[in-house]
Amino acid sequence: MAKIQQKSPDADPGLAHPSGDNRFKMLDASMKRQRFQPDALIEVLHTAQELFGYLQDDILLYVAHGLKLPPSRVYGVATFYHFFTFAPRGAHTCVVCMGTACYVKGGETLLATVRACAAGENRESGENGPFVSVETARCLGACGLAPVVVFDGEVCGTVEPALAEARMKGWLQHGPG
Amino acid sequence: MDLAELQEIGEKELAARKPIRIRVCTAAGCLSSGALDVQKRLEEAVERASLGATVEVCAVGCMRLCCEGPLVQLDPESSLYERVSSDQAPSIVAGLNGGAVTARRCDPGRPFFARQKSIVLENCGAIEPERIESYIAAGGYRALYEVVREMNPAEVIDAVTRSGLRGRRGAGYPTGLKWGMVAKNQGPHKYVVCNADEGDPGAFMDRSVLESDPHRVLEGMAIAAYAVGADLGYIYVRGEYPVAIRRLETGIRQARRLGLLGTQIFESPFNFRVDLRIGAGAFVCGEETALLASIEGGRGSPRPRPPYPAASGLWGNPTLINNVETFANIPVIIRNGPDWFAAIGTEKSKGTKVFALAGKIRNTGLVEVPMGTSLREIVEEIGGGAPEGGKIKAVQTGGPSGGCIPAAALDTPVDYESLVQLGSIMGSGGMIVMDETTNMVDVAKFFMEFCMDESCGKCIPCRAGTVQLHRLLARITQRKATADDLARLESLCQMVKLTSLCGLGQSAPNPVLSTLRYFRNEYLELLGDDAATPSSTM
Repeated sequence: MAKIQQKSPDADPGLAHPSGDNRFKMLDASMKRQRFQPDALIEVLHTAQELFGYLQDDILLYVAHGLKLPPSRVYGVATFYHFFTFAPRGAHTCVVCMGTACYVKGGETLLATVRACAAGENRESGENGPFVSVETARCLGACGLAPVVVFDGEVCGTVEPALAEARMKGWLQHGPG
Repeated sequence: MDLAELQEIGEKELAARKPIRIRVCTAAGCLSSGALDVQKRLEEAVERASLGATVEVCAVGCMRLCCEGPLVQLDPESSLYERVSSDQAPSIVAGLNGGAVTARRCDPGRPFFARQKSIVLENCGAIEPERIESYIAAGGYRALYEVVREMNPAEVIDAVTRSGLRGRRGAGYPTGLKWGMVAKNQGPHKYVVCNADEGDPGAFMDRSVLESDPHRVLEGMAIAAYAVGADLGYIYVRGEYPVAIRRLETGIRQARRLGLLGTQIFESPFNFRVDLRIGAGAFVCGEETALLASIEGGRGSPRPRPPYPAASGLWGNPTLINNVETFANIPVIIRNGPDWFAAIGTEKSKGTKVFALAGKIRNTGLVEVPMGTSLREIVEEIGGGAPEGGKIKAVQTGGPSGGCIPAAALDTPVDYESLVQLGSIMGSGGMIVMDETTNMVDVAKFFMEFCMDESCGKCIPCRAGTVQLHRLLARITQRKATADDLARLESLCQMVKLTSLCGLGQSAPNPVLSTLRYFRNEYLELLGDDAATPSSTM
């Protein structure tokens, strides 16, 4: 298949990242798909976070170089939005929705339970980041099922504190991953 | 693509339809209650019973009663089942052969369904959102054909103006007027932007519409683009809505394949391309100038208006921004005529409004009613009132920019003006019901914390004011505040309201002001015993 010639040197598929990490190739492909337009910055950052889990400084620099943007701009945009994280996540994640409906239905108590439970489990975790990351969400749009918690990407509705606790205790027995 | 081909697709779809259809709700709410499993079990059961020739299982969009999901409905007998578990699913198929159905029946005639009027949601739960043929069979893209081939842009704008449609998010600006302004302004390009950044906590109407009927929004955008002379459109969706994003991507791909989007739509000179932009979690991006900055790949900081986006929007070009629900109203206005639409609703607010009903209420879910329906009807009759004998204390509308309406004002007919008079706003349509156990000062503090976190930091009244307001509210809830603090809270509210740059700051004090107006005694009860001594810090 004939490839469209790109003027940017970053588009050259022959130049692999020195680390040999394949994920950089995928990041390149995503930038290429956006034709290296600076306005695609947020899209590219989404892809970068999907690939690497979180946005390290060198990845931000890599993106800045690729889209020909000053690093300050990339850092400024990445830190502005809640979606982007700059520290590694735990083996398991637990996102507690704190939207209005969940709040009215006891989201705060639930969050406290989840936090306490995670703190207990994280005490026993090693150096590779926390075992469980607890995050809050603004609103997941599943207000009909409030209160809502997302356990490792699975949205669960009408979660009682006891249920959340049982679920998290279950992770500990299975170990990380 | 011409009209005959479009009709042929629709007729083929209808002809291929099997006599009995089992519709399973696969919107985000039911998905998280296990709807996919139910769908799989139903399909297996159909196959096992060798009913494949007469029965089909379809994944449809939102059936509205989210709290009783997963919902399954049978056509044509229209019996509805609620809280269907994957174990109960095969019994529904067995029921077709006279077997016993173990799934719980839900009465489709109950007030929750019977009291609603569907315009925007007419296809939700009826069509398959991931198949364009299903939308075309329901009459989809017919309005776009009519507009592109038989009307000139001025006539389209005139029709929308005469319908009396107003923006379904925030202030309720007349849609026809906005379109006219964008059409009048000149630029090398013009853009149409769909605001699907439904940031209000407690609102999920736009998510449901996008997940259940994505083509309707695309059709509305294309009609708008034709009317204002735009050739490129963006849909700005929240990153928190993965299902909606996936269905929109599918929808755009399908429409492009059939020549309903892209170049030379319906073999006319009209071109329109749509791209998706995924939000990254910033409430302020619901503000139109911040949203545009975010589409351009920058920080979502608002800028002063004028110039309005209608004159100078994306990359300095005239840009039309409307909300999901506004675009979803457009095809039906073209199809049924502006006079039909203008006959629904009140004098100043036409048509229907979709509300997302949640909180301390029996029936939570999606509700569409004509403008002018009373809050009591929505909350008590459709919503079924507070659960387990509780008593409704207040209804919160408009999210962090809105206010709390006390139970005493429930007889107010809902339209843009009446809600503003009550100190709230229509907003995007989130409606959270609170009962006697909810502390209103706590609610005000909750919203202020939200605004404090979400303030973009550009202007000082909002950046610093929301922090100070939150601190004062925290003092009050900790019983450490004095009467002085309360006075300071009120004056600071006015200051933030009057001097902030954008809608976020200007409306951030609304929840405090409205709770102070209706539930002042709750604030007074929390004032400390040492109310006489003036406080030193703020």
